Amino acid sequence: MGIRFILMVNKQGQTRLAQYYEYLTLEERRALEGEIVRKCLARTEQQCSFVEHRNYKIVYRRYASLFFLVGVDNDENELAILEFIHLLVETMDRHFGNVCELDIMFHLEKAHFMLEEMVMNGCIVETSKSNILMPIQLMDKTS
Amino acid sequence: MALSGMRGLSVFISDIRNCQNKEQERLRVDKELGNIRTRFKNEKGLTPYEKKKYVWKMLYIYMLGYDVDFGHMEAVSLISAPKYPEKQVGYIVTACLLNENHDFLRLAINTVRNDIIGRNETFQCLALTMVGNIGGREFAESLAPDVQKLLISSSCRPLVRKKAALCLLRLYRKNPDVVNVDGWADRMAQLLDERDLGVLTSSMSLLVALVSNHHETYWSCLPKCVKILERLARNQDVPQEYTYYGIPSPWLQVKTMRALQYFPVIEDPNTRRSLFEVLQRILMGTDVVKNVNKNNASHAVLFEALSLVMHLDAEKEMMSQCVALLGKFIAVREPNIRYLGLENMTRMLMVTDVQDIIKRHQAQIITSLKDPDISIRRRALDLLYGMCDVSNAKDIVEELLQYLSTSDFTMREELSLKAAILAEKFAPDLSWYVDVILQLIDKAGDFVSDDIWFRVVQFVTNNEDLQPYAAVKAREYLDKPAIHETMVKVSAYLLGEYSHLLARRPGCSPKDIFSIIHEKLPTVSTSTIPILLSTYAKILMHTQPPDLELQNQIWAIFQKYESCIDAEIQQRAVEYFALSRKGPALADILAEMPKFPERQSALIKKAEDIETDTAEQSAIKLRAQQQPSNALVVTDQRPPNGTPPPVGSLSLVKVPSMSGNSDYNVVDQGVNQTNGTLSKTDSQPPSADLLGDLLGPLAIEGPPGAVHSEQTAVSGVEGVPSAADAAAIVPLEEQTNSVQPIGNIAERFHALCLKDSGVLYEDPHIQIGVKAEWRAHQGRLVLFLGNKNTSPLVSVHALILSPSHLKMELALVPDTIPPRAQVQCPLEVTNLRPSRDIAVLDFSYTFGTSVVNNKLRLPAVMNKLLQPIQLTAEEFFPQWRSLSGPPLKLQEVVRGVRPLPLMEMANLFNSFRVMVLPGLDPNPNNLVASTTFYSESTRAMLCLVRVETDPADRTQLRMTVASGDPTLTFELKEFIKEQLVNIPGASRGPAAPAPAPPKGPAIPPDDPAALLAGLL
Repeated sequence: MGIRFILMVNKQGQTRLAQYYEYLTLEERRALEGEIVRKCLARTEQQCSFVEHRNYKIVYRRYASLFFLVGVDNDENELAILEFIHLLVETMDRHFGNVCELDIMFHLEKAHFMLEEMVMNGCIVETSKSNILMPIQLMDKTS
Repeated sequence: MALSGMRGLSVFISDIRNCQNKEQERLRVDKELGNIRTRFKNEKGLTPYEKKKYVWKMLYIYMLGYDVDFGHMEAVSLISAPKYPEKQVGYIVTACLLNENHDFLRLAINTVRNDIIGRNETFQCLALTMVGNIGGREFAESLAPDVQKLLISSSCRPLVRKKAALCLLRLYRKNPDVVNVDGWADRMAQLLDERDLGVLTSSMSLLVALVSNHHETYWSCLPKCVKILERLARNQDVPQEYTYYGIPSPWLQVKTMRALQYFPVIEDPNTRRSLFEVLQRILMGTDVVKNVNKNNASHAVLFEALSLVMHLDAEKEMMSQCVALLGKFIAVREPNIRYLGLENMTRMLMVTDVQDIIKRHQAQIITSLKDPDISIRRRALDLLYGMCDVSNAKDIVEELLQYLSTSDFTMREELSLKAAILAEKFAPDLSWYVDVILQLIDKAGDFVSDDIWFRVVQFVTNNEDLQPYAAVKAREYLDKPAIHETMVKVSAYLLGEYSHLLARRPGCSPKDIFSIIHEKLPTVSTSTIPILLSTYAKILMHTQPPDLELQNQIWAIFQKYESCIDAEIQQRAVEYFALSRKGPALADILAEMPKFPERQSALIKKAEDIETDTAEQSAIKLRAQQQPSNALVVTDQRPPNGTPPPVGSLSLVKVPSMSGNSDYNVVDQGVNQTNGTLSKTDSQPPSADLLGDLLGPLAIEGPPGAVHSEQTAVSGVEGVPSAADAAAIVPLEEQTNSVQPIGNIAERFHALCLKDSGVLYEDPHIQIGVKAEWRAHQGRLVLFLGNKNTSPLVSVHALILSPSHLKMELALVPDTIPPRAQVQCPLEVTNLRPSRDIAVLDFSYTFGTSVVNNKLRLPAVMNKLLQPIQLTAEEFFPQWRSLSGPPLKLQEVVRGVRPLPLMEMANLFNSFRVMVLPGLDPNPNNLVASTTFYSESTRAMLCLVRVETDPADRTQLRMTVASGDPTLTFELKEFIKEQLVNIPGASRGPAAPAPAPPKGPAIPPDDPAALLAGLL
């Protein structure tokens, strides 16, 4: 199915956004997020952006204090996901203007709206930033 | 700081953020949850805005890891809100909190349906996304047709259709039985003509799901995918918004190439050529640039192109380009590229003929095994594991052993398992294998599972030459100061059995051996003590003349354990004590252990299990299954009597315990719980059950393959092809062999008629794989003969019985196949003239005392010499008309045809390379097809086929075949008839219908040319 989950975690290991595309119970999520944080946050800049965990892979990228972690199937194209993370960040940038951790915290709903336009059922739906942001802009205009 | 539109939510988030610790956070969350609960209870006073705010708070709390089950109902109820902002929250939060089996979802199903079929685009999008994320069976049942309609509707805007595509994908994947995709091949092909890249991106994901199950149905999508790829690669008509750092949607490029990997072959030469042009451009034109994002994106495309090239089994030149690129990648410093280089090189191993080039990079790969990054080390380990064979096993395994001492904990288990498997699979000689395993136990005893040392014992027991060597090695390790308990077990066992072979060496007298082993006893656990007791008993037995002092010492130990609380130890102590007082009779009872029957290695089985862990079928895995592995594949071994093995039977190699052995021999001693099962003397399939294992080797008189006569009869039925089958070919083998094949020989043959590689034959001792390449009228088949046993197969003979139209030359087949080795024997084939006759491989070998002989049909059949060709109406009809009447054009009414929908019949034709030309015949019940046949006498010759079916009676049809050669026309007609009357691969019961009358009635009076002329 491609993408299994998208996590945004700060460098203290606090989850700032979690979107799963396969159902996990609350306990499973907590355990998973704990393991991933332990594995990924300790890695250095010189190490690669892919970590194998259980029977899937985590492709991750760090932006200032925030880690973007995407869980994918083993045969997914890693670099395509890595750049998809960057596309997500650029999209957020376009909307918030220099996006930071606080923007995502305090506008969790907006972050979710954007993700909703970009990924569905673990597959990429849209990669054009203006198409992604269109519904949000419409809403901002009407409210 | 910009605040969210919802003040209460922002305040709450700030509060959480200011919490000093988890406890404070919990208190704050509890307070909020209490608040939300009360507000939800008095729902009357709640405005939609407030409700929305609380539902967001719930999602936030849920993300922090707290349970919010009580609020699910509120989230779901918002879906029915009339206004967009509330509805949106309802949909999004419901999709985050609930799963497809949740009862509350049922309540929303009507609203969701109304939103989907309604006129409001934004509502449609919300509903489709939610169903796409969590829709279950009931959604599929009530919504699938609506979603399908939206996807292909011309009045629907792209923003809705892209969501409909992925929504349908979920419904289909979750409930393929509910979602009707009949006829979707055409719809998908139309969808791929779409210009909007958003719709294309999601449709491509849908296509991947559809083709992964039924590639043959979707072949019409293949050229469209190639077109899309060309459009992107040439950057034609790609809007700026879809260009990422100058690269036209890298994600769509990747997805498209992924979809192409699900089609096994690309028949159409033009499509193939266009695709190779694009791929060549990607392979050659991807440069390393400064910008990280651009670099990543272009390499994402490049790596996908590499996978596709591997899948297509491209020309040698392109393959070596790929290997060269990968060789470059695994040497760069950039960790991501190096990681991917190693990963893809591992995949590349599946392609034949490149192993040798990959081996040149061995030193570089070993460097990566020592990289500070565990992700990279893992890839390097996997690659080394995959590229290992007899030629480099020594180097690689020794490298792994060396690395074992310094590797981190997380990798040791995997490392030792892999080293053990490689040592077993590719040992150039068995003493080296023993060395490796003992070193492994020495260095990483904690990670060496019982299976590993059981296997060593089995090898040593079965190979007499190895026994003194193993005993010496075991003795040496015992001198080391602190040895692992597993080492105590294995050396005690080996010395118990074989230390008498060392008796004349210094430090190897029975007394020395006993005392050095006994030193370890205080340090071991209860599971090891029984093994030590057995060793003592054996040492005692081998001490001739008896040494009274030693005897007293050992007897004292036996007596001490007579009152042991552990039943196994106690019983052995009591029995050995009693037995050892019997004097010389002891020698018979405690004789050397019998040889073990040949079994599948539990280790290799384990490794296979791990590999098949992930359920999702990926293109790469599918490919791996189609490929005859170069390494020896030990598949699920069916026990000789044909019954499936008991559940959980992993054929673990169990070391027979001494008690079982002695019980069997000394019946008068029989006061033992194992006694009851002794009456079982029939040959047991290897089983995991301990008793079965104890008795198995004792009970089997002959070689392990021996079976009962009635079983031969049973599996004989399986092996003999049905009547229809036999009619067409050489009489099949006389089933006198005592060794039964695994799998159905006829089915394997039929499968190989349609593909170029796979297993031709397999039994418990040998596996014969075939890989074929055909070029025009010539072919090269490589036979892979793999010995599955730990002892050699001798008197191997292979003889080709070739029909007169084939010139066949088989390379020399060695007389002996060494243990666990695979030999490759190329077979060159030249087709002289058209014929349906089939070549046979007469193959025999000797294992133990049984001679196994099989006559196997070889997949050098007529359709391999065909090359599909696409003709237009302008090309087809003049040819058709010019070939008028017999003997160049033959017509026949065929009856007794297996009824097939026309679509499937077209697929069948395409599968044996007679290419159906859709649309040429205006009558939708007819098929027109063309192909080129190659032989030395005819050269390349065009063949045309027309099939007229009767929709009222699918069991009969009229077929017309035309070509420039009378024999070819006749043979091809007969060949096609065989395919239609008797569909290969389909499971046919023993009572298969009799083949259709070989000759239909005489050619009907109406001239075929006139008939077709009417169509024009």
